[in-house]
This record gives sequence, C-alpha cells and structure tokens, in this order.
Amino acid sequence: MTVAKRIIPCLDVTDGRVVKGINFVELKDAGDPVEIAKQYNEQGADEITFLDITASSDNRGLIFDIIEKVAKQIFIPLTVGGGVRSCDDIRNLLNAGADKVGINTSAINNPDLVAESSARFGSQAIVVAIDAKKVDNHWEVFTHGGRNATGIDAIMWAEKMVSLGAGELLITSMDKDGTKTGFDNELNKFISEKVDVPIIASGGVGNLQHLVDGVKVGGADAVLAASIFHYGEYQIQEAKDYMAKNNIQIRL
Amino acid sequence: MIAIIDYGVGNLRSVHNAVKFISPHTKSFITSDPEQILKADRIIFPGQGAMPDCVRELEKRGLSDALKEAAKIKPFLGICLGLQMLFEKSEEGNQKGFGLLPGKIKRFKLSDKERIKIPHMGWNNVMQSKPHPLWNKIETGSQFYFVHSYYAEVSDKDLVVGYSEHGEDFACAIAKDNIFATQFHPEKSAQLGLQLLKNFILWDI
Repeated sequence: MTVAKRIIPCLDVTDGRVVKGINFVELKDAGDPVEIAKQYNEQGADEITFLDITASSDNRGLIFDIIEKVAKQIFIPLTVGGGVRSCDDIRNLLNAGADKVGINTSAINNPDLVAESSARFGSQAIVVAIDAKKVDNHWEVFTHGGRNATGIDAIMWAEKMVSLGAGELLITSMDKDGTKTGFDNELNKFISEKVDVPIIASGGVGNLQHLVDGVKVGGADAVLAASIFHYGEYQIQEAKDYMAKNNIQIRL
Repeated sequence: MIAIIDYGVGNLRSVHNAVKFISPHTKSFITSDPEQILKADRIIFPGQGAMPDCVRELEKRGLSDALKEAAKIKPFLGICLGLQMLFEKSEEGNQKGFGLLPGKIKRFKLSDKERIKIPHMGWNNVMQSKPHPLWNKIETGSQFYFVHSYYAEVSDKDLVVGYSEHGEDFACAIAKDNIFATQFHPEKSAQLGLQLLKNFILWDI
C-alpha cells in the first residue's frame, strides 16, 4: 500500500484544438480536446495535463471553455499550463476547473509568482515546469520551447522553485522531447533526489519500457507522454499493465 | 438541498460538478451565506491550501458558527482541509480547529527509512477499518486521489473508518454520527469517488 505512480497523458492545445509538437516546432492536428480527455479518462488516465500553446492573444480564452467542459464530465485531476503570467491567470484557470496550474517562463521572469501563487492557492495547485537541455557538463533551463537559453542551472532552479512553494515539478528534457528515445533519466534522478516534492518526467517517450525506466531509473513519481497515446500506438491501460508487470505500483 | 461551502479557497467547482453529474435532480449550490447553510439538508465542506488562511476566510465570512451548528445534526461531508478543520488543532500555523473531532493535524515527516515525497500526491489505497454506509459499493483497498502534506492524528481510534499509508499509516476517513470526513478527494477519484458522493447524498443518518 503506497502511493501509485501516475500516468499522465498530455494534450498540447492551440486555438482550441489538440496538437502534438515534434521538438516543439512542427505541429500536427490530433483532434478535439474534450473528446480526447474523455477517452483518456475511460482508458484509466490518472490525471490529464493540458498545455496551451496558443500564440495569438485573441484565442487564449478558448482554453477556459475547454477546461470548463472537461471539468463537468471528467473527475480526475486536471493540470493546465502555457502562457500563465499572473495570479489572476491562475485563479481564472482554477475557477474554470483546473486543479493545478503549470508555470514555466513566468517563473523565470518573476520567481515571486511561484511564492505568491502557492501562498494564495496552496502548493498543491502550483506545478513548476522546467524545460532543460544539457549544455557541456550540466543542464540549463531553456524557455520558448527550447529556443532561449537562460544560463540558469536546472537542478539549482528545481531546488529554488520548491523552496518558493512549488508543489510539484514537471521536468521536460529539450534534448529528448520528440525523439522517442526515452526520458532524460539522469537529469530526473538528480532532481528527484534533491527535492522532496513529486516530479513528473516528460519528453522523449517512444515505448512502454521508457515509462518504466522513468520511474525505476529516473525516480519519477509520474510519467507524462503525448504522442504515444494520441496516435493510438498504446492505450493507457496497456501502459499500466506493463508497469504493473514490472513491479511498479499503479492505479488499477 | 446540498450546500457546498464557499470561503474563497480551493476548487469548489469540481465538487459541485461531481454532485451535479451524479445527481442532476438534487438541488445543490455553492454558498457562503450562513442562512443557506442552516437551511440546507446536507453540507459538503471542501478545502484546499493552508489551514490558517482557511480559518481566517471562514471567520471573515461569519461561517464558523453556522458550520458548527450544521455539523451537529445534518449529514456533513468534510473533504481534505474540510476534514482537517473539524479537529481540535493543527501543527500548521498552530491553528485551532472546530474541535468537532478529537485529535490534531500533523505534518508528514521525512524519514531515512523510507523515502516519501511531500505533498502526498496521487492515488493511494484506502483500507476500510470499519463498515459505513458511505463505503457502499466500494471495496476495501480501492484507490482514491490524495493531495496533502498534513494528516489527522485521531485520539479516538473508534472514529477511524479508513486508513492509508504514506511513510506510515494514517487515518484518511473518519466518521462520527452525522459527520463523514475524507482526506482524499472523492470529486477527483473517478468512478469510486463519484460512488462515495452518491452514497453521501443517499445517506440516512
């Protein structure tokens, strides 16, 4: 009896539709977010993450409609990230039905946002997303889908975010994302050992063994994947069965 | 008529959404009006965040007395922080609670023996230590969604109807007369969570 490792399908949403990025650059349409979320729920997803990658400010509001619709029909935790800049943004997403909000670039521009929002809404609602890339002998935090270097060390950043109140960390490897060669387990292991909050591994899943390795090698508390589930390569239940077979505690 | 208590924190919408989903014809509303709380047949008291903030927000809205009154007689469901506030006091900010349930709220401790993450976040097994109408159609050992860093240390073990484990065993479902309280979130626990809410709506005390 112990807390189960979570499988989290991630839906990248732009202009109200789900897409999946290949290295965050080339996008392919994969459908209606509400329908996809329902399917994932039925398949046994432990949580669902929506990443809003809408570029134009005109269409930013669409994510609220999506979250509202999903929250009326699906009763598992929902996380929303992308373009979150202020406590008001966070409040609006929580009010729409999100349980957790992911903060990425804004945490770098304004670390106080993590402190303020976790004090106001509780740490459990604040997930800090860290996009990291290996540079020489360490990992550096990047923004803008891996285009902009920040010069910040990813492991130190993870510790700082937790000290400011992050309740969970979503670690995405920019080297691995879209490659289907597995998570950056070395990076995840370093961070998981340093911080006491749960970490979600993201970026690079190509098969079910990668999910197992994410937990067993990388020490992740949850594994996030998009394309392997979107394009029907694997069902969530298959992933769970595979993890269970490898002695990982999962939700049945 | 089910009143879901609003005191400006947490995700109340999801509790309301879940109640409407399982019982579309039951009248339910989110309220911060003491009169409405006294009029309602059943009370759901959710909560999220830090206990001192929650108690302050309750006081600010003048809800504490109405809630304590309602908790004496009506079917009353406390969820997460709504469970914690029913106890005597909490380590979190040394805050006093309602004192309706005996015991205190403690923080999970990191230990060298077993590595645990705090918050305790995710799906964990709930072992039923006593039968209760709210466990109807739910098997012992079923998994529910948790997210919390504090838990209740209950002085009267007879009140514990369910427990879970995170580094150590802890009480995660407590029942006394008309009160049922869960540390986990039924509104986020998929089918079985909805079943528990349904059981609450049908509960004859």
